[in-house]
Amino acid sequence: MATLNSRVPGGPLAQKWERHQFELKLVNPANKRHHSVIVVGTGLAGASAAATLAELGYNVLSFCLQDSPRRAHSIAAQGGINAAKNYQNDGDSVFRLFYDTIKGGDYRSREANVHRLAEISSNIIDQCVAQGVPFAREYGGTLTNRSFGGAQVSRTFYARGQTGQQLLLGAYSALMRQVAAGRVQLFPRSEMLEPVIVDGHMRGIVTRNLCSGEMQSWAADAVVLATGGYGNVFFLSTNAKASNVTATWRAHRRGAFFANPCFTQIHPTCIPVSGDFQSKLTLMSESLRNDGRVWVPTTAGDGRTPDQIPEAERDYYLERRYPGFGNLVPRDVASRAAKAVCDDGLGVGSAGRSVYLDFVEAIKRDGLDVIRQKYGNLFQMYEEITNEDPYKTPMRIYPAVHYTMGGLWVDYDLMSNLPGLFVLGEANFSDHGANRLGASALMQGLADGYFVIPYTLGGYLAGTRLGEVTTEHPAFAEAEAAASERIDSLLAVRGKRTVDDFHRELGLLLWDHCGMARNASGLTQALERVRQIREEFWQNVTVLGTPGEFNQVLERAGRVADFMEFAETMTRDALERDESCGGHFREEHQTGEGEARRDDDNFAHVAAWEFTGVGQDPVLHKEPLVFENVSLSQRSYK
Amino acid sequence: MSAGSQAEAAVSTERRASGMTFTLEIWRQRNADDPGRMVAYEATRVSPDMSFLEMLDLLNEELMRKGEEPFAFDSDCREGICGMCGLVINGVAHGPGTGTTTCQLYMRLFKNGSRIRVEPWRARAFPVVRDLVVDRSAFDRIIQAGGYTSVNTGSAPDANATLISQARAEEAMDSAACIGCGACVASCKNASAMLFVAAKVKHLGVLPQGQPERRQRGVTMLETMQEEGFGNCTNEYECEAVCPKEISTSNIAFLNREYIRNLVSLSSLRPLVTSE
Ligand SMILES: Cc1cc2nc3c(=O)[nH]c(=O)nc-3n(C[C@H](O)[C@H](O)[C@H](O)COP(=O)(O)OP(=O)(O)OC[C@H]3O[C@@H](n4cnc5c(N)ncnc54)[C@H](O)[C@@H]3O)c2cc1C
Ligand code: SF4
Ligand code: FES
Repeated sequence: MATLNSRVPGGPLAQKWERHQFELKLVNPANKRHHSVIVVGTGLAGASAAATLAELGYNVLSFCLQDSPRRAHSIAAQGGINAAKNYQNDGDSVFRLFYDTIKGGDYRSREANVHRLAEISSNIIDQCVAQGVPFAREYGGTLTNRSFGGAQVSRTFYARGQTGQQLLLGAYSALMRQVAAGRVQLFPRSEMLEPVIVDGHMRGIVTRNLCSGEMQSWAADAVVLATGGYGNVFFLSTNAKASNVTATWRAHRRGAFFANPCFTQIHPTCIPVSGDFQSKLTLMSESLRNDGRVWVPTTAGDGRTPDQIPEAERDYYLERRYPGFGNLVPRDVASRAAKAVCDDGLGVGSAGRSVYLDFVEAIKRDGLDVIRQKYGNLFQMYEEITNEDPYKTPMRIYPAVHYTMGGLWVDYDLMSNLPGLFVLGEANFSDHGANRLGASALMQGLADGYFVIPYTLGGYLAGTRLGEVTTEHPAFAEAEAAASERIDSLLAVRGKRTVDDFHRELGLLLWDHCGMARNASGLTQALERVRQIREEFWQNVTVLGTPGEFNQVLERAGRVADFMEFAETMTRDALERDESCGGHFREEHQTGEGEARRDDDNFAHVAAWEFTGVGQDPVLHKEPLVFENVSLSQRSYK
Repeated sequence: MSAGSQAEAAVSTERRASGMTFTLEIWRQRNADDPGRMVAYEATRVSPDMSFLEMLDLLNEELMRKGEEPFAFDSDCREGICGMCGLVINGVAHGPGTGTTTCQLYMRLFKNGSRIRVEPWRARAFPVVRDLVVDRSAFDRIIQAGGYTSVNTGSAPDANATLISQARAEEAMDSAACIGCGACVASCKNASAMLFVAAKVKHLGVLPQGQPERRQRGVTMLETMQEEGFGNCTNEYECEAVCPKEISTSNIAFLNREYIRNLVSLSSLRPLVTSE
């Protein structure tokens, strides 16, 4: 049986990374160009990795689904990116960022990885500024910070409401510079469908050219997956439409372990669902909670418009329940609290599934202009979608699926249990435990790509004897055949229900039973139902057109087919983790006040699943989590 | 300003229930070699709260249930930031909204019962892939020709080492907001990419970080634009009118100044495309 070795270096926490960097073997500069590296994905993690590896001299092949690398889902991030710069002199430090991240993740992440992330965070900001990222600035010309999502210090850097866009354009421009230099070959509109393993090492991939439908093989000395999160398994989420689990799931099917798939983040401030035609949900940046106050009426079924409800008949439930953090409690806590008041019948809006986010007081305090300057684009977006003016009437918000903490298992070097397969960004499980803090995903993606992988991948290549492998190796033909066969089977079903129809059904099921609140009986039912939906999918889905052309339905069908398999593992993980922690709330395990109750004696581990076949029970491997630098406590935001 | 406030404030509940109906004329083209044609479809039971793309989803779902092949169109974020979507709607790139992308249009903006023409971006440099989908990789090649600062990872000084006034940072941000959608090209009678190029040249040109390579940037990017088959700018200002990020044509004036100044001073230096 495979064992999990996290390869965390020895020594004191704050010295592990430096020591490890020294201990990693170096690739001779003249040899770097003889090494090819495949990077799948061009979001913050993939673009930063591909650009940096090319700068070092490696020969990089970069793949993405969109027509340009600049359109990766990272572009949509609004709020900001954290760094322990302590420019505000308000008590921040590397250790505090580390501590906040570990605590925010409800003690389900690896200390050493998180500390490294906090150490690197400052370099990221320097790099991005040098690229020309126009972060917000003070009148004096220094960088501005704000406090964000559950932090008591101001460590978040931002560029209007478009932080992800500006950071990605920075990484993308660095990548384009390497394309021009001839060190990166770019393959947009390409979907990785199979990884290729030769003699136990990851040596390549098979892709489908989305324009021509052609299957193509690519050989390399290592493969980096930076393919993002799987939130779209729920159908409705804040993720871009193309976000998927395919690349990581295919790697999982060939041996890579999937860690903590049940750890999903439901973001508290999204625009509520308005009809069954809806294709995705829109996030309203969490920064709004800095000035907006969340409330519901105190009596169920209060039909009055918000301006008619007097102060005394409003429940500012976050401020009431969590006086210490108020409206700024972490996401999982805020989301559950919204669900709880709506479950009690206090929700507002026609379906009663939303709560108010009110700016009246902030406008009175700071003036309309200040609020407009801070949030103008968000208010406008809200109005476009809902046809309601948030300057005059409170926004209505409700939680939505947003981010996935789970992902492929990786060691300290960000390498999966398959040698030569590295996983970065949202696609890995590494740093956020059971709940991610706001503005930390952008930080992690860029830390992984700019500052971790260049060292650890070099260490792997220098320390591993790899034979010469070309796409002539039979493993490539086998992988191409497997990918084509799956496509042919999808086209051969010729059923009656559309791909989206199945996807919606799967999503609703998971939202109900594996969403914000979970329990054993619901999860057991869901497991059964997922299998049935999957079976029906393979008997009754309609996928038109041919494989050898631009075919968007076929693309979606393949991704949904993978979600159907993945959903089972995710649900099983949620059932197996018989405790509550972070975003994973098992109703059986809560405190008297309805907070998540962890079980550190039995569940202070990473759950890493090994694939054994579709519909077969996967095998669970546990990586124990050892905390030497923080003491585990019940999270309290009171 | 926003699409929402232009819309009729109250949509009757009756209309919501029965839905709106539209006749859509949609460009169908199987691949780059197919000449292509407009095909008419009826979209029924459309809710005013649907986005334009959700209405297209609905129509495609119906086509598939009838065994007809759906039409292809691009989209990804569906919140106006990735630049993936882009349709010419009734002759206007990104349709009737102001400062919005196609994915941010809501059906409450359209008159119930009307005909709507839906076409792809049309430009020599953006060949059609299929139906409403085009290939915009020429934009990536323009950026490769100098749309960056040459700083390798790890070599950056402290982020606060250089002070940049708030006004200057905001000015850079106004230009950096371009999402690379290509509507400016689609709306221009010359199919020029000037606004796109200018936005990048100005974003980097007003910041201290962009100064070392400022002299060649505008020149090399503009030359690449021409090589890619985009036309020249003749000051029609259609681009600014359709740009979802309201990138101003003052960027083009900035680019023109850069170009003239630098072409003169660079003539003795070229070729000067640095990639190190
Ligand atoms: C609306 C929204 C707002 C957010 N705001 C913030 C914020 O303010 N701060 C913060 O820290 N985080 C935020 N996040 C989270 C953060 O944006 C993401 O976690 C992060 O950007 C993920 O980056 P990534 O590089 O891992 O993947 P992505 O950016 O998702 O990129 C994935 C890449 O992989 C490619 N790909 C996927 N599958 C395949 C395949 N099979 N073959 C080939 N290519 C493939 C895609 O084309 C793409 O290039 C937000 C998320 C959302 C949804
Ligand atoms: S300048 Fe405007 S229209 Fe042109 S690509 Fe940029 S965002 Fe699109
Ligand atoms: S789909 Fe991203 S901008 Fe329209």
